[in-house]
Amino acid sequence: MADDTHDNLKRTPLYDLHEKLGAKLVPFAGYEMPVQYPMGVMDEHKWTRTHAGLFDVSHMGPCFLSLEEGIGGGDAAHAKIAALVETLVPSDIAGLKQGQARLTVLLNDEGGILDDLIITRPLGDEAQGSLYIVVNGAVKEQDWAIFEKALAGKAVLTRADDRILFALQGPEAVDVMSDFFPGCEELKFMHHMPFELNGTRCIVSRCGYTGEDGFEVLVSPAAGLPLIDEMLTDERVEMIGLGARDSLRLEAGLCLYGHDMDPSRDPIEADLGWVIQRRRREGGDFPGAARILASIQDGVAEKRVGIRPLERAPAREGTAIEIDGKVVGVVTSGGFGPTVDHPVAMGYVSAAHAAPGTKIDLMVRGKARPGEVVALPFVPHNYKR
Amino acid sequence: MSTKLTEQVTFYTEEHEWVTVHGELGTVGITKFAADQLGDVVFVETPEVGKVVKKGDDMAVVESVKAASDVYAPVSGEVVDANAVLADKPETVNEHPETEGWFCVIRLSHGEELSGLMDKDAYMEFCKGL
Repeated sequence: MADDTHDNLKRTPLYDLHEKLGAKLVPFAGYEMPVQYPMGVMDEHKWTRTHAGLFDVSHMGPCFLSLEEGIGGGDAAHAKIAALVETLVPSDIAGLKQGQARLTVLLNDEGGILDDLIITRPLGDEAQGSLYIVVNGAVKEQDWAIFEKALAGKAVLTRADDRILFALQGPEAVDVMSDFFPGCEELKFMHHMPFELNGTRCIVSRCGYTGEDGFEVLVSPAAGLPLIDEMLTDERVEMIGLGARDSLRLEAGLCLYGHDMDPSRDPIEADLGWVIQRRRREGGDFPGAARILASIQDGVAEKRVGIRPLERAPAREGTAIEIDGKVVGVVTSGGFGPTVDHPVAMGYVSAAHAAPGTKIDLMVRGKARPGEVVALPFVPHNYKR
Repeated sequence: MSTKLTEQVTFYTEEHEWVTVHGELGTVGITKFAADQLGDVVFVETPEVGKVVKKGDDMAVVESVKAASDVYAPVSGEVVDANAVLADKPETVNEHPETEGWFCVIRLSHGEELSGLMDKDAYMEFCKGL
């Protein structure tokens, strides 16, 4: 990031807490963010898989997109706002039920991926005509500019990145959360509910970026700071840094924007074809539809796959993938998976070599190390369906 | 190291390597400070025995969950031994960085280089300033 000089870095409302807890702070997406706490990446990762990990993700881009004419008006208003957003993303937004969320991608005119984002349809007829959207921190200004330009005069974007966005992830997250937000345990994966907390409205969504069951909460700093302080007194809860967030999502086979997908890749290459629901494929009315529909029809030249190094050496981002001395792909995310206790990676390989079980060479520091194409995820998802 | 010599002196680099010199041999590793900074070590690539290194060359690689870091040769010479334990137990670098977590033994070719390194007190002082 060009603006990652120390002076320009922003801080989230939880900055003082990170400092107090002894976090190691690093520049990330224009913010000073905790990469790890004294517990360390390895134990923070394992803690999240067995208990409940609390992540500050306030650097991300939560926002609300609402009809210019105002909200309310039930299904008709939802249809209107959905139709506007569907000009930018290939997912079925119109078909979302109240309270339901969906992962989608923001596309350029060539069908390349500009970001991945989660779009949520609110609960309640009075809130229809509005969508809750969370985009990636590193590209939020780009994304919001695209929304504002494309939807000028029709929809209004309200950024909410001055609030706290935190995630509580892991098998014990639901028990902790239900102490604070009674009823949230009824939510299913990719659904949300609003709550009142100290007189302010906050949004609780059952989703996350670890492969575990968990929640993300958007809350004002005034209500969120005491909430998090109290949550941290629960012995099941520990703060978890971005280091473990990365190893958790990699084990879960989840893409990191700017690494595992970027504007040169379309959703089919990125193995995210499932974000394009049938109605949208049939309609073919989204940016880059010609390329993407051709990718679906004819197949792609390269595809994102899981990669397991067979030895102990991790294969990091940028590692060339070879077969018989010929380059067939590249690693886009790679590291060590604390839960599988083994190196894990993902990357792009030519479609002819994308079948699980394909033997590959990972060129780590000039030396060919054996690896294998594998199905993702490395650790089964533990979502509440 | 099992060999206990009376004339054993340890030197340190600003890159947080240590070298304990016994006769013409130097046992090399990374300091506790470096190991703590790296976090959990998950892989160590030690140099091959027989490799000739120059002071400051990339000599080994140590990897944490998050990243790979180069380890530089603190002295010039030929690698005559490498710590095989690290292949299966890389965490030894975290647990005992300045003893059992040694990386390799170098036969010093330019003993005069040692005068450019820090002794323990100077190194501790150096770390305080970081």
